[in-house]
Amino acid sequence: MMGVLGIGSWSAVSATTYWRHFDHGSDIGIRGVGRTMAEAFEQAAMALTAVICDPGSVSAEEVVEVDSDNPDPELLFVDWIDAVVYQVVTRQMLFSRFRVEMSGDHLHGWLYGEAIDIGRHQPAVEVKGATLTGLEVRRIEGGHWQAQCVVDV
Amino acid sequence: MRADTGRPSALWMSEHAMDTNLLEKHSDWKWVIPARDGMRVPGIIYADEALIRDMDFKVYEQVVNVAKLPGIVNASYAMPDAHWGYGFPIGGVAAFDPLQGGVISAGGVGFDISCGVRTLLTGLRTDQVRASQRDLANALYGAVPAGLGRGGDIHLDDAGLCAMLRGGARWAVEQGWGDESDLDRIEEQGCQSGAQPEAISLLARKRQRNEMGTLGSGNHYLEVQEVSRIHDSEIAEAFGVHQGEIVVTIHCGSRGLGHQVGSEFLKRMAAEAPAHGIHLPDRELACAPLESETGREYLGAMRAATNCALANREIITHLTRQVFASLFPEAVLTLLYDVSHNTCKEEMHDVDGDRRRLFVHRKGATRALGPGHPALPSSLRPWGQPVLIGGSMGTNSHILAGMPESEARSFASACHGAGRAMSRRQAYRQWRGRQLIDDLAERGILIRSTSGRGVAEEAPGAYKDVDRVVDSAENAGLACKVARLTPLITIKG
Repeated sequence: MMGVLGIGSWSAVSATTYWRHFDHGSDIGIRGVGRTMAEAFEQAAMALTAVICDPGSVSAEEVVEVDSDNPDPELLFVDWIDAVVYQVVTRQMLFSRFRVEMSGDHLHGWLYGEAIDIGRHQPAVEVKGATLTGLEVRRIEGGHWQAQCVVDV
Repeated sequence: MRADTGRPSALWMSEHAMDTNLLEKHSDWKWVIPARDGMRVPGIIYADEALIRDMDFKVYEQVVNVAKLPGIVNASYAMPDAHWGYGFPIGGVAAFDPLQGGVISAGGVGFDISCGVRTLLTGLRTDQVRASQRDLANALYGAVPAGLGRGGDIHLDDAGLCAMLRGGARWAVEQGWGDESDLDRIEEQGCQSGAQPEAISLLARKRQRNEMGTLGSGNHYLEVQEVSRIHDSEIAEAFGVHQGEIVVTIHCGSRGLGHQVGSEFLKRMAAEAPAHGIHLPDRELACAPLESETGREYLGAMRAATNCALANREIITHLTRQVFASLFPEAVLTLLYDVSHNTCKEEMHDVDGDRRRLFVHRKGATRALGPGHPALPSSLRPWGQPVLIGGSMGTNSHILAGMPESEARSFASACHGAGRAMSRRQAYRQWRGRQLIDDLAERGILIRSTSGRGVAEEAPGAYKDVDRVVDSAENAGLACKVARLTPLITIKG
């Protein structure tokens, strides 16, 4: 699933599956693009990790599962990002691999990562939560999916 | 790899500066957006022309959008440090009347509910602290958990957490974390009434169990500062602020609990708005009528989260006092004042000759009660409320005092800080954390942080000039300058 990872503004698995950051006046935007909506959600979660640290420094040792339900795909995306944020801060873990399955209004996600090691991961910020600013879940050119929002840090 | 120009998305990063042609200039520090196109009230921005021109056009749009919300009273205000926020501008002030269909907005309070600032007086001279500056920096960094991955030593079960949510700083003092004499110097005497812990989800309560007494990250900090200039010697003397002495300023909020409450109610209010007959020009303006079930629940939850922030700052104060006691046994740290700048408060205000009960949102704005206000403790009442304005890392901060005119001008509100001038990505591209830390050390300012990247994103140059912001606040008649503070030590997440 995962390809090349890198700290900074963006990284790509392929030309059709990638994440990137975008600017907001005081915070930062996360964007995931994939062949399916689920893949776009997975990539956006990678962008979330990259807001905090270099995803390449995080080993996918443990798995945490989350569930969300929302009839609005954009609010479901916000729920998904908030669920990842919640697991980061309550378990004190970072995640470097994500898997999402969607069925109707329901999302089931697998988060793979490890406990935070301050010296190794050097977390730059603690993300407070997803916002509705810049929020989009939509099909883009080529029939691919894009999911994005600004996160509050 | 995909080609990337590094250019921001035009959709979400406004590249437009404020268009002053859209504003009516009423004075050098007051700019008005006349009510039109669905605005129920005008917009008013307090700032000098240079600050206005530096503001993002998004501030204009957000001031206009807030002016369209039901039940808004007088005007939609923006303070001199206003910048692009979520629905509301950061630096926005808006009051709503529940009897006129007024609303309460989760976005209008912000994710970090009751985020705020408190300043402690130490009575120590700068030369005393300079002699132990490195030891003090290291001890504070060790004692006050900051940043992701550094939890505190306090762990609460759900019963303890709910007691904290009802009691605020008063609860912290009762637990032995804080001093009874502090309470008089905290808004609401350290305990916000009307708190409803049961309105806070179990998820939010769980998120906070291990986070009491932690600083957080982003722009939050603990700073040791020198009083480097006195602007108003009479008020400074009354505040106990003396040139050349050391103060400690703490900036943080309600941590994970506040964030969770904000996130949950934002989504709920956005989903329910159509059912309340509210048209949202921007979904981030999500709100609910004050007289609705959701409005009342959010109010109870927000007040409980406010108590969380007040308790958190009280505990961090306790940890700070322990550090000072070990290095400076003679020092007695007294609280000058504690103000929250992400709030919605129920207040009485005169509007066109009528005394009305309003709910005043201050998103990145500080309450600035003028002299004689009954909510002030008797020791401060003749002088006005201390208004604590944080700068950015390595730059000055300021102590101001509420002015009599601020009541009529902005429902007794002033600015809260410098306000960002560039995004985090831009800052990280421009600076390196290690270099910044070394440069500031050469200027006598010690930085302690877990992350060089975090330091770069908070670079002094990434923020507006706070000195200009407070000049505008004073010239606009919102708050008067009392003293300037210059950092010696900054602890950041």
